[in-house]
Amino acid sequence: MENIIIEEGKNNQTAGETFVSNLKYILVGVFFGIVFVKSEVVSWFRIQEMFRLDSFHMYGVIGTAVVVATISTVIIKFFKIKTLQGEDVVFSKSRFQKGNVIGGLLFGFGWALTGACPGPIYGLIGSGFPVFIVALASAVLGTFAYGVLKDKIPH
Amino acid sequence: MDFLQHPWHWSIAGTLIGLTVPLLYLIGNKPFGISSSFRHICAACIPSKAAFFDYDWKRESWNLYFVFGIFLGGIIASTVLANPEPFKIAASTHDQLSKLGVTQFSQIEPTDIFSFSGLLTIKGFILIVVGGFLVGFGTRYAGGCTSGHSITGISNFQVSSIVATVCFMAGGFFVTWFILPLIFKL
Repeated sequence: MENIIIEEGKNNQTAGETFVSNLKYILVGVFFGIVFVKSEVVSWFRIQEMFRLDSFHMYGVIGTAVVVATISTVIIKFFKIKTLQGEDVVFSKSRFQKGNVIGGLLFGFGWALTGACPGPIYGLIGSGFPVFIVALASAVLGTFAYGVLKDKIPH
Repeated sequence: MDFLQHPWHWSIAGTLIGLTVPLLYLIGNKPFGISSSFRHICAACIPSKAAFFDYDWKRESWNLYFVFGIFLGGIIASTVLANPEPFKIAASTHDQLSKLGVTQFSQIEPTDIFSFSGLLTIKGFILIVVGGFLVGFGTRYAGGCTSGHSITGISNFQVSSIVATVCFMAGGFFVTWFILPLIFKL
């Protein structure tokens, strides 16, 4: 029961990771963080432009990312491409729940307020806006509150 | 170097972000997602009896290495690759935000709000602290964020992710148009 909706980001590799093997995720993160900040998707103003329908930029970024990710995923599934460790890629099967709606709306509220989804929060701390450490602490607290209340709220 | 310093076009950024999905699948069987890092930080740092935080977070620690990398990437992007020109914003958004009371438009963030002095104002507190809390609570409740649902989930044809993405957008439109004007009057 516990892991039904918590598929996101889950480590599906059978082989264990070590400190050294984990370092490659830092490199992917660095690459990703640079893209985030240089394309300005971390910007509160770009998020405001998106929600005010004043710019195509964010729609272009997310739309292109979805298309590229979908084509890549279909290719991996079709050719049954294996991971570097020779394992089959595991694709999550997340079922629809009420939480997708309620939680989705709550995250949407937070997205428009902070102008940042989780990734940009980390990127902004690095790019000269240290006050986002407070946003990060608050997000961690929000996740903690969810974990404590989980069994008392509708799913 | 010059073209790397100017803001990157959406098609370049979108392609590179999209390619992160197969990259993470193939280098380690990891589905791309970022908001899980909040949960691992809770499990690692906050003592709790809640079952939700009773799992082997060390097995999921790749996600913490990944977000540490994003932080480092932010440093590189804003120093070595810093944009030499002032920030450009759509005229209409600029006008609407000026009317609300935003005064600083020269950087990617309105520094009158997103700074430690801004944090001490009511609107700064709501945008940073309340907003951050909703991001953490909402993403976990929804089972993912823009990366986990809108990109990875939709690329995997998950109905739950399409629904979640529609709700992310609906929530954002609602707050932008109906709640922000009230917050800026405080």
